[in-house]
Parts: sequence; C-alpha cells; structure tokens
Amino acid sequence: MKAQPSESSCPEGKSASCLVVDALSFLENGPYSFSVGAGECIGLSGQSGVGKSQLLKAIVDLIPHAGEVYLDGIACSDIPAPQWRKQVALVPAESYWWYDTVQQHFPDLRHLFLSCGWLEQLGFPPDVIFWQVSRLSTGERQRLALLRSLVNEPRVLLLDEPTSGLDPFYTARFEKILLEYQQPRGSAFIWVTHDREQLQRVAGQAYLVEKNGLQDCEPC
Amino acid sequence: MDVISLSVFDLSVAASLLILLSVASLLMNLGLEKRMLLGGIRMILQLLLIGQVLRFLFANTNPLLIACMSLVMLSVAAREVSVRQKRQLRGFSGYWIGTVSMFVSSFSITFLALTVMIQVHPWYTPQYAIPLLGMVLGNTMTGVALASDRLTTQLYEQRGMVEQRLLLGQTWREASSDIRKDCMRTGMVPIINSMAAAGIVSLPGMMTGQILGGTPPVEAVKYQILIMFLIAAGTGFGVICSIWMTSRHLFDSRHRLCLDQLILRR
Repeated sequence: MKAQPSESSCPEGKSASCLVVDALSFLENGPYSFSVGAGECIGLSGQSGVGKSQLLKAIVDLIPHAGEVYLDGIACSDIPAPQWRKQVALVPAESYWWYDTVQQHFPDLRHLFLSCGWLEQLGFPPDVIFWQVSRLSTGERQRLALLRSLVNEPRVLLLDEPTSGLDPFYTARFEKILLEYQQPRGSAFIWVTHDREQLQRVAGQAYLVEKNGLQDCEPC
Repeated sequence: MDVISLSVFDLSVAASLLILLSVASLLMNLGLEKRMLLGGIRMILQLLLIGQVLRFLFANTNPLLIACMSLVMLSVAAREVSVRQKRQLRGFSGYWIGTVSMFVSSFSITFLALTVMIQVHPWYTPQYAIPLLGMVLGNTMTGVALASDRLTTQLYEQRGMVEQRLLLGQTWREASSDIRKDCMRTGMVPIINSMAAAGIVSLPGMMTGQILGGTPPVEAVKYQILIMFLIAAGTGFGVICSIWMTSRHLFDSRHRLCLDQLILRR
C-alpha cells in the first residue's frame, strides 16, 4: 500500500513532524528511522565513511534505497523526484558549477538574496553574480552553493558539512543566514558536521550515525 | 572507356608501401607495425571475401539473400559501435541501442533513396542497395560510436556536476542537456565538415571510384551529392536516436544517474 497524503500515514503517529524517515536502508546501511519537526534542526555526526552523505542522498532519493521518507505525510515515492528534491534539498559538501558565470546558475534571482542582503552578509559585492565561476575560491563556491540551494525555497534543508571550508567569521555568518531562512518559514534542517561546538549552537537534537541506525547523543 | 584491370603485381607494389611504413614504425619505436600489418592483411581478406559475396549477390537478385546481407552488415556495425566505447553499457543494452538507432536511420534513409530518388526496379537491386546501405551505415556507425562514447565518458567524468543539477530539482533531461547536446555535436560535426570540404580539399571516394570506372564526372558528382545528403541525414538521426536511448538508459525513473550500468572495457 502506498501511503496517502494524509496525517494518519505518518508512522508512529508523528503527524506534527515535517520530515519523517521511516526504516530507510541502502547498501549495507540502515534501517534508519527518525523525524525532524518544522522549525527544528537535528545534527548528525559519525565516523567518516560510515555513510552520512549516503544517508542524505537516500533521503533526497538520489540513490536506490528501501524504506520511505515522508514530508508532511506525503511519501517521496508518490511525487516526481525533481519535485521532491526541490522541497527536500541537499547541499553537498563539494559544490559543482557547470556554466561560466555565477548568474547562469541562478535562474531565479528575483527576491531571496538581494532583498535579504545575504550576498553582502556572506562577503560578496552585488556584482558577484557576473563573476566567472573559475575565479571563485573553494569557500566562495561553498557560500554561493548554499544560496543556490535556497532559491527553490526548500522546506527541508540537508547540509553536508556546510562550513568545512569556511573560517570562523564566515561560519558564524553562514549559521545566521540559515537561522534567518528557517525562522519565518518553519523549515527543518538536518545538519551533518564533525564540529561538536557547531552542533551545540545549531541543533536541538543530535544523533550519532552508525551502520545499523542512529544513536542518541546530546549536543554537548 | 574500360577500367584498366589491376594485376597482382600492381597490388603488391601498393602493399610494399605499407611494409615500408611498418619498417619506419619499427625504427621509430612507434609500436604500430604489428597492428598495421595485421590491419592490412585483414583488409585484403575482408575485401576479397566481400568481392566474392557481391559477385554472388549480383548474380541472383534474391530479396532474402539481400536482407541477410544487410542484417549481417548491421550487426557487425552494432558490434563495432559497442567495441569502440571506453565505458560500455552493462549487458546487451549498448549493442541493442546501436542496432536500433542505426537501423532506424540508415535503413529507412537507404530505402527512401532506392524507392523515391533512384527509383531502381526492383528497389532492392543489390548493385544499388548494398553499396548505398554500406556507405550510409558506415558513416552512421562512426557518428554513433563517437557520440555515444563521448556520452558515457562525459556522464561518468561529470557525475558530480550532473548529480548537483539533479539535487537542485532538475529533471534528468535538464541535468544532462548540455552533455547530450555536446555529444550530438561531436557525432555530427565530422560529416558537416566533410560536406564543407567536399570537392575542394577532398575528392570523395565514391565519386572518384565512379570517375575511374568511366562515369561522366557530372553524373558522378550528382550521385556524390545524393550520397552526402543521405550520409548526413543517416548520421544525424542515428546520433540523435542513440544519444537519447543511451541517456534514457543511464537515468532511472526517479531521475537518478545510474553509473552502475556502465562497465570499463578491459
């Protein structure tokens, strides 16, 4: 039976939750079951190579998996994958750019950053959109990749070590922008990082990712 | 005017040029001499064989025999396409995609040429059907092989970029559009270039052959123009077809890039 888009379809009665991951397994990993409520942020950490990035890819349906993910009771497999990925967005650790200029990667520049001043906060002059991608540093690409993912205004944001290439100054700015994005929209975050201090700052709940499931751990 | 028949001696002199070249390759450590000689011998045997086969085919205009012959040509071409891939599709998919795309383009275009343009009776007259099909098929094969090799290689090497685009909510068509366009160009550019150079830089082989055979140059040129158009169309449609089918095969219904469908040759 495919789950219907109704409240009762959420397992364990977590109808209030925004994103529900139900017995998700892939390769030799899983099953993973957890949920993230609207406006919440959960942190994931774990040894490198344990499959944190793969877990995020499974949540956005980019790799084959068993189990199901629900967004407000709607199963991932019930809607087209591109539509799902616009609502549940993954920002990978390494960002890729395929056109020559920054602007070409932002089809929809209307509102989001210019009005919020996010470009400036992340240390870019307004003309950054006309820059050649080849002149961007790794950190600059990482910061712009976040903004690029926000263009679709995703309901859930999966962040894979988003600040690994940033210095403390821009890390703080980065966290602030995400908070500004999250609060009015009530969006949910899953934040993968090795940085325990960062988890403490941003995550309400933290889990340790292991091969066969998640383990609770306090973001302490 | 009759064609001057070539003697064994004439061919031997020509062959000695290749032997000279292999000696040069040996001296220069190019490591090509073995392949060169083997290729030469293969060519001699294959052409002698096809000469006999064509003589037999021309002697009896049997549609069944001609159908068999063209299917053999098609399957050899399909094999050649899949052998030329650095990264092949798993199983027989690559072979089938090559067969289907070359069949759709080459066969229908050759059929059109025989029935509508040349209007030979019966339309499968082997003197016309086999050489026409051979030329269209051969060029289509080159185009399809080039384009699909580039497609699989590009998708493999640029998987990070393609997945990034999928992650931003693009469909597989959007995410692969630039790569697909680039590959189609790769497959079609050689024939476009050879149309541009035809007659000035190069005298096309078929026309040269007809002129050597005594056909008036203007007649030979008209045939060459026809052939060029057929080849361009055959290559173009074959490339479009194979790029579409190959890329469709490398993405699943959930818009994931399935690189596990590719295997590296050797």
